[in-house]
Amino acid sequence: MDEKKIFEELINILRLYAKDPALLETATKDTHILNDLKVNSARLVDVIIKCEDVFGIEIDDDDADKIRTIGNAIEVVQSKLA
Amino acid sequence: MKRRVVITGMGVLAPNGHGLEEYEAALREGRSGIRYIPELKELNFACQVGGIPQGVEAIRERYFVPEQLISMNENISYAAISAVDAWRDAGLTVPSFDSDEVDWDSGIIVGSGIGGMDTIANIVVPMVNAGKVKRMGSSIVEQVMNSGTSARVGGLLALGNQVTSNSSACSTGNEAIFDAMTRIRAGLAKRMLAGGTEGASPHIWAGFDAMRVLSKKSNDRPEEASRPMSASAGGFIPGSGGALLLLEDLETAQARGARIYAELLGGHVNCGGHRMGGSMTAPNPTGVKRCILAAIADAGISAQDIEAINGHLTATFADPYEVKNWTGALERGPENFPYIQSTKSMVGHCLGAAGAIECVAVVLELYKGFLHPSINCEDVHPEITAFSKSIPHQTVECPDLKIIAKAGFGFGDVNSCLIFKKWEE
Repeated sequence: MDEKKIFEELINILRLYAKDPALLETATKDTHILNDLKVNSARLVDVIIKCEDVFGIEIDDDDADKIRTIGNAIEVVQSKLA
Repeated sequence: MKRRVVITGMGVLAPNGHGLEEYEAALREGRSGIRYIPELKELNFACQVGGIPQGVEAIRERYFVPEQLISMNENISYAAISAVDAWRDAGLTVPSFDSDEVDWDSGIIVGSGIGGMDTIANIVVPMVNAGKVKRMGSSIVEQVMNSGTSARVGGLLALGNQVTSNSSACSTGNEAIFDAMTRIRAGLAKRMLAGGTEGASPHIWAGFDAMRVLSKKSNDRPEEASRPMSASAGGFIPGSGGALLLLEDLETAQARGARIYAELLGGHVNCGGHRMGGSMTAPNPTGVKRCILAAIADAGISAQDIEAINGHLTATFADPYEVKNWTGALERGPENFPYIQSTKSMVGHCLGAAGAIECVAVVLELYKGFLHPSINCEDVHPEITAFSKSIPHQTVECPDLKIIAKAGFGFGDVNSCLIFKKWEE
């Protein structure tokens, strides 16, 4: 799966958890999930579970802790799909 | 001197209507919100009818964003919709999520009888039993914790005063209103949302069906199923929904030019101690009478001033006892008895939400000057036929109506009574 496709899927996932989904319209790889998208930190758990379902992968807690930006998430997903 | 407490906003999501306009129309028409529920038949319930607010999914999507919806089970949704409605009805603005302003003067007390059983039954139990704890996600605790309802609304409205959820079975809604009143009277808050909520899960209703306290006699005639004060009553009909009233310090309300619906003159809550005929499931008559008398004293009125009673009146064997307790407490026999009505005849018994949904009816009645019919009791119970003329079977227009007493009783032998008065300058 190419990076562009992963990015699009991540935006779809984050649409559920962003307090203001309109913020996703201008999101980039550098967008910080908690600070920029105002996702409640508790909901990161749900983002990880959705990623596991959507991409058919398993993300352990150590990898989950690395995710701060959308770019970080793309890297983790790519590493699991590789 | 006690601060006076008035009602300046209301929100209601009842089986027979969402919003004040629809609910008032339903009450005036005597329109039942009880429907046949196929799922109850599939699950082998004896009672296969119930009261469930209609079209809630569409309302939820109109009111809330996806991020809010993922952690709002039925119980919380009903309360959140009613809270937003009450807040706006009072002329207040729902704050933006990214504003840092907190309303330190406003709080909420809203509880449930049972609570977030749909989350427990549909997610927690099956997933934990299947060893899938890690996959449950982050929103379980906030939906099953007893304070989940008040916590959610507190965040939606940026409330900074007391934010809590009470629970006293079927007395919950009334108790929340009583507690909010005492907080405002004490000067600890200027404004309190107060009420109750209860989801529509069969898992909430199952225990009552198992106790055989739900009626199984009218599955083929849902609108006639809830029959308080009727000779042919066969038990209560389970209901669900939510309602919130905005209670406000009179001075604060007047200072901001708020529309005032009614004054909450006073009230009382107590427990019969499971003695003198009381038990976990039956009220001690002395406790009920003491509660009514204490509410009257707190309101500073006399028993003669009560023009109408909105009773607990669920359609079980207890209805005639309730009427007798009112007679004893008020010392008013059939010849001099106030009007008496049961909102449950149209919405069923909404458990933790019952008191609040019924208080909204009471306040509307005072504000608009009418009494709604108590339906399905043309065949008045033989033990209370002497009181027949006090039961409205059709809407009664009464523009001069001033004082209504509202009572609620619950498992645990708990009682509540509130005294509402039409607002007059």
